[in-house]
Amino acid sequence: MEAFYDWFRVLYETTGINLPFLYDSYDRDRMFFGFFMTIKLSLVCLFFSIIIGIIGAWLQNSPFKWTRRFMNGYIQLFRNTPPLVQLYFFYFAISSLLPTVSNGYGGQQPILGGFAWAAISLSFFAGAFNVEIFRSGIEAVPESTIEAAEALGFSRLTIYTHITMPLAIRVALPALNNNLVNLVKTTTLAYAIAVPEMLYEANQIWSDNVNVTEMMFFLLLVYFGLVGVLVWGMNSWERKLKLPGFGA
Amino acid sequence: MVWTDTDPMVSIKDLHKSFGALEVLKGVSMDIMKGEVICIIGPSGSGKSTLIRCVNALNNFQSGSILVEGQEVNDPDLDKLELRKKVGMVFQQYNLFPHKTAIENIMMAPLLVLKDKKEDVEKLARGLIKKVRLEGKEDSYPGELSGGQQQRVAIARSLAMNPDVMLFDEVTAALDPETVNEVLQTIRDLAEDGMTCILVTHEMGFAREVADHIYFTDRGVIVEHGPPATFFDAAKDPRTIEFLGQIL
Ligand SMILES: Nc1ncnc2c1ncn2[C@@H]1O[C@H](COP(=O)(O)OP(=O)(O)O)[C@@H](O)[C@H]1O
Ligand SMILES: [Mg+2]
Repeated sequence: MEAFYDWFRVLYETTGINLPFLYDSYDRDRMFFGFFMTIKLSLVCLFFSIIIGIIGAWLQNSPFKWTRRFMNGYIQLFRNTPPLVQLYFFYFAISSLLPTVSNGYGGQQPILGGFAWAAISLSFFAGAFNVEIFRSGIEAVPESTIEAAEALGFSRLTIYTHITMPLAIRVALPALNNNLVNLVKTTTLAYAIAVPEMLYEANQIWSDNVNVTEMMFFLLLVYFGLVGVLVWGMNSWERKLKLPGFGA
Repeated sequence: MVWTDTDPMVSIKDLHKSFGALEVLKGVSMDIMKGEVICIIGPSGSGKSTLIRCVNALNNFQSGSILVEGQEVNDPDLDKLELRKKVGMVFQQYNLFPHKTAIENIMMAPLLVLKDKKEDVEKLARGLIKKVRLEGKEDSYPGELSGGQQQRVAIARSLAMNPDVMLFDEVTAALDPETVNEVLQTIRDLAEDGMTCILVTHEMGFAREVADHIYFTDRGVIVEHGPPATFFDAAKDPRTIEFLGQIL
């Protein structure tokens, strides 16, 4: 391993191609930290945006007019505003309206930090799209299939969990795939509120080492790989769920 | 009054049903005894589907009464689950659950609705597969089966709930001519086993052979009814004669 690291030091000394996060343990730690922060933020946002999508799609079919209106308002607001503005809105506006807590050193700090706000903001952003995606999936489930389940005595909840959702997911998967890829890419916005994710840490490194070009190449490759893994996972899930004679 | 099996299994009295301003059923009455097979025939749009969908409460209705084993379907406190345990239904378009294999389709309702034990349900399902002559197709998805095979799975799925009455709504109408017979044979077997059946059908030869009683509906009323011999050979109403003339 040390030889591997040293090779990059030699590379730098002989060619000027500077990849300090490979030979310098301090920069390496920063890069790893950023990488895992990006993964963590992505996973949290993927999870909550899907939950928001499922619950939201269910609420959109609510018998209460105001519930439906509220959901539509939420979707329109989050689809038709820039995600960076949403992030700032949460981090600066909402956060300032919330009470603060003692930070243990005699000062006050906001209840939620940057990571939490990024997770909330991005989950709502992607969630708004997920609601629409799940809803179109649910609408694609034939009424007659639901009726067959009713005729067999299935309860509303059983129909939703065992018939509607499994079929809706299959219809929704390609669009969901797309939106989740977008979400992972959008996590870089957390940089703007100083969440130490990968882009942020890379910035720290290029500020210290003046190696912007190398860092940009590196970032592009890592995101390409990261999104590639997600796409591969989603595609194999899609293939696994594929049914003969159902859907496209 | 307690229902016994010398009373009609299904008793329909002066049934009126409208969709908005459109009155589809204008006072329909009929009694079906245990073990009887009755066929409802009539032109398209005359309200045949609507009629049998009222029996298992897939449609509501405005006035009149339907008693299933003495239980009033029009009761606002009706336990639909109890009703649907007694009444099985098979649809024109099969309406199988596309994400479940043939045997899973059959097992689903006993597992999820009756909460029966998995081993028992599996045994039951294998028996039913045999009964509808689909051995070897247990693990096929609906999309991998022909129309006739799917329809036989649908019949088995309904039988798995061990109903007392079966409703069949033009179950061969969507099938290729060569597969119609395999489905009719399955229904014939059922009728011979003593299952109470209400069939909507355009298969006149089959109706004549299996039915104990034939009802002819037109524009929401029963125009004429009787045992097959009198109905087919000595129809009196001009509408019946015209319909039979067209179809035979
Ligand atoms: N859900 C519904 N909403 C409005 N009209 C309906 C509905 N279902 C059936 N109808 C109408 O009721 C009439 C009878 O339909 P149906 O019972 O399906 O006839 P059949 O099965 O004899 O062909 C038709 O005119 C049809 O358009
Ligand atoms: Mg019909």
